[in-house]
Amino acid sequence: MNKQFICICCPKGCIIDVTYDHDKIENIQGNSCKRGASYVQDELFSPTRMLTSTVKINNAMHKMLSVQTDKPIPKDMIFPIMKQLRHICVEAPININDIIIANILDTGVNIIATRSMEKITK
Amino acid sequence: MNKKLVIIGAGSGGLCAAISAYKHGTHDILLIEQDQETGGILNQCIHNGFGLHTFQEELTGPAFAQRLKDEIAQLPIDIWLDTCVTNITKEKMVICQNKNGIHHIQAQAIIITAGCYERSQGAIALTGHRPKGIYTAGQAQKYLNQDGYLVGKNVFILGSGDIGLIMARRMSLEGAKVYGVAEIMPYSNGLKRNIVQCLDDFDIPLYLSHTISNIFGKDKLEAIEISPVDENRQIIPNQAKRFNVDTLLLSVGLIPENSLIYQLGLPLDTKTKGPIVDEFLQLLPGIFAAGNGLHVHDLVDHVASEARQAGINASLYLENKLSNKPMIQIIPGENVSYCVPQFFHQDSSGFKLSLRVKLPMPKAKLQFFDDNKLLKEQVMMNLFPAEMVTYQISADVLASISTKLTIKAVMINE
Ligand SMILES: Cc1cc2nc3c(=O)[nH]c(=O)nc-3n(C[C@H](O)[C@H](O)[C@H](O)COP(=O)(O)OP(=O)(O)OC[C@H]3O[C@@H](n4cnc5c(N)ncnc54)[C@H](O)[C@@H]3O)c2cc1C
Ligand code: SF4
Repeated sequence: MNKQFICICCPKGCIIDVTYDHDKIENIQGNSCKRGASYVQDELFSPTRMLTSTVKINNAMHKMLSVQTDKPIPKDMIFPIMKQLRHICVEAPININDIIIANILDTGVNIIATRSMEKITK
Repeated sequence: MNKKLVIIGAGSGGLCAAISAYKHGTHDILLIEQDQETGGILNQCIHNGFGLHTFQEELTGPAFAQRLKDEIAQLPIDIWLDTCVTNITKEKMVICQNKNGIHHIQAQAIIITAGCYERSQGAIALTGHRPKGIYTAGQAQKYLNQDGYLVGKNVFILGSGDIGLIMARRMSLEGAKVYGVAEIMPYSNGLKRNIVQCLDDFDIPLYLSHTISNIFGKDKLEAIEISPVDENRQIIPNQAKRFNVDTLLLSVGLIPENSLIYQLGLPLDTKTKGPIVDEFLQLLPGIFAAGNGLHVHDLVDHVASEARQAGINASLYLENKLSNKPMIQIIPGENVSYCVPQFFHQDSSGFKLSLRVKLPMPKAKLQFFDDNKLLKEQVMMNLFPAEMVTYQISADVLASISTKLTIKAVMINE
């Protein structure tokens, strides 16, 4: 089978053409470096993404706290994790990199805060 | 009140300018921010992709801002929050307002890092009514990421700039249905990674060479129509596609926040819509600009390095160490839409030039001319209008210029 990818590992954005069979790349063209090859390998057989989103926070400057997965997650876990995050509400103060949910949905990945927010008494 | 250096706007640019000026010996600094916190636009850009060059890792916008906030907290730099600068004068008087009243601050040097604003529906010729449900992408981003408020459930996006693409993904993740993104140009204005990760991942179609041809709904948006355009960007009739949406996001461009510069009575660059500066980023001796307030940047790394340079230059100015020799103009030539700076001093020892090209060029030669005489050329790969190009010009090229420096980008076909 043939497929075309745009490598997103760097701003160059090489257009990479691959021929592949079940679980193996047979031919790869267009990548300017090795990262492109491993990107295509992952995109074909086990695509992952970093997920960034928000959770509710009480007693802080904003109503929402920005969070992210601390590692890439399988692409098909994006929506299940989003659903979990909707039910979460944390209390200020929060420090950047605080774990908001450990090992979310048994993925081995933590949801962490991407900023600090002080406690505010209104 | 007197201050050596006043910095207006505490986004990534203002924070970097302040930290850098401090490190280069200017200690009497006041940083003024109209918002309730520093960090600027980064606070609402919760996606990752920031800081690959600055920190060699991929951070989210808030995390990038947090590093700068933590760094500046270590330095004795005055920061006034919730304070809006309403006016500056050529004599470097800064007038600002907060809940304690109006303040006049006499500065010896000023750096303007006031960021940019989004073009809105008034700025583009959208036909039809103006119902509720039309937002700029950045407004929708702020509502969602800071207040937790999703502006609509069925969404269409006009403009393929990065903010629009990022919002296409963000709203999809939050359960909205994004029907598509229309782009009037035959190519996208966003970074490739955003096309892949924000549109392809969610099966959101990108309609290139398309624009909005009609808007339906009197009080609330009910539907929109898009139509293809010809090479002159004129709508091709009878090919409209209708989408029943309650929300239209506009991601049709950013413009430097230039109201303070306007007040100084200075002309703006017709292309960047920002101030005209020399190689030290000065619009007037001792008044500097950097970041999106100077010209719109796509990468925070470029904002950070430009603003750091402004901080260094302001410190040099305060020590009387900047050139005041006559200046030479820089002209954007063939395929170059703009260059910053627009002028440099005759005795310049070299500087970083920022420019944008007019059309996508996989391979091109950047050429430097003294009037019609070719002085230097440089082969560059992957030049896109959406991606700012920077180039360090050396003193020897500059020294041989007697009239004007013209910069062209010539496509190399292979
Ligand atoms: C939505 C969006 C997404 C982006 N995504 C990416 C990305 O993925 N990766 C990347 O590297 N870059 C990205 N960028 C680009 C980059 O992050 C920004 O261009 C950069 O952070 C801008 O910094 P700045 O300091 O120039 O402006 P801003 O962050 O806008 O800061 C300007 C500050 O000045 C203040 N101000 C303005 N006028 C006044 C006044 N009169 N008085 C007092 N204060 C004032 C404002 O309140 C604001 O805080 C993105 C930009 C935007 C807009
Ligand atoms: S293949 Fe290498 S050079 Fe090309 S886009 Fe990917 S990382 Fe960049």
